[in-house]
Amino acid sequence: MKTEELVALLAAGVAPVPGNTARRRFAVAMGWGVAGAVLLLLLALGLRPGLAQAAGEFVFWMKPAFAASLALASFVVAERLARPGARPGLAWAALATPVLAVWLVAAVVLANAAPAQRADLVFGATWKFCPFNIALISLPLLAAALWAMKGMAPTRLALAGASAGLLAGALGALVYALHCPESAAPFLAVWYVLGIAIPTLAGAALGPRVLRW
Amino acid sequence: MERIEQKEARFADNENRLRELLVQGLNGDAAAYHQFLKTLSAHLRAYFRKRLFQRTDAVEDLVQETLLAVHNQRHTYRTDQPLTPWAHAIARYKLVDLLRSRATREALTDPLDDALEIFAASDTDAADAKKDLDKLLAGLPDRQRLPIVHVKLEGLSVVEAAQRTGMSESAIKIGVHRGLKALAARIRGGA
Repeated sequence: MKTEELVALLAAGVAPVPGNTARRRFAVAMGWGVAGAVLLLLLALGLRPGLAQAAGEFVFWMKPAFAASLALASFVVAERLARPGARPGLAWAALATPVLAVWLVAAVVLANAAPAQRADLVFGATWKFCPFNIALISLPLLAAALWAMKGMAPTRLALAGASAGLLAGALGALVYALHCPESAAPFLAVWYVLGIAIPTLAGAALGPRVLRW
Repeated sequence: MERIEQKEARFADNENRLRELLVQGLNGDAAAYHQFLKTLSAHLRAYFRKRLFQRTDAVEDLVQETLLAVHNQRHTYRTDQPLTPWAHAIARYKLVDLLRSRATREALTDPLDDALEIFAASDTDAADAKKDLDKLLAGLPDRQRLPIVHVKLEGLSVVEAAQRTGMSESAIKIGVHRGLKALAARIRGGA
């Protein structure tokens, strides 16, 4: 087939294309992903005891606030990496802010704590499971985020995969907060960050394989 | 100085004209979209020819592959964004993909070129593509091939194509969409 003929073929009877598909596709995918993650949490781990009571306390909200702001920033980054020629720009800074903020709070908390309490603040009671649980809960989200990315046109595949993984990890951490009994900032700063890093690295590794177009 | 200004003015002209055509195309104007793809194919040809000077035989294949990619991925263009970086990113992605997959990276003379290069030159002298799209099309399953043949090649409407094939209208639309994606995948796979 000559190129001219291909051009005619592609142009014949084209239907209008709705705008803003990237955001919509990610939003739909993440909706399903969160539903899957909540279901997985309920089946595999269950809600934490005293969730309603804990939700009344101010410290409880640090975890969801951290995870949600990270999810929002990674959503913006992923949506841009999904479109050829679009650069994340300032969104990179938005991505770093929640992490730096939680590290800062953790440092302040540790500095003000009695030396004997510091290990407890960092390790809590669940540090052995926390990162793996977050990674587990992120699995449906990772699949959904990669599906959304796959339907777009990322040109930097490892980076795009990593951003999809980060989005999945941050939302996974948000869902995991329904189960996790910890609320100390130093615990978040280490184990949540580590847990979110697992799907991020998985996304970076999978990107070049599954996102080609 | 003056020459640089002239060059930049030409880029801006190309950008604005092409962008307008694409925006009309995205709104369903087939004639504008046809003109967009035609002009773009000439730019792509010049762009690839300059960068594949040792393997000019691959140029037309890559032009066709990139046109299919632009078409299949056109929903990723946001009309409030400039067109040049979008088109350049796709062309460059396809070029790098080709060079990487054939392990001929040494043929890439200037990998970090400027985005403006994409519309810098135009070349309407098309050589024959080596990969035969007709053959690739013939290899698609009927549920994808027939919608493409009727709607895209014979110019039937979706309703007419549905009557002709006994498929539903939405099956025709999906068949065209998936068929063109499958075609792109087969070109890429070197089939």
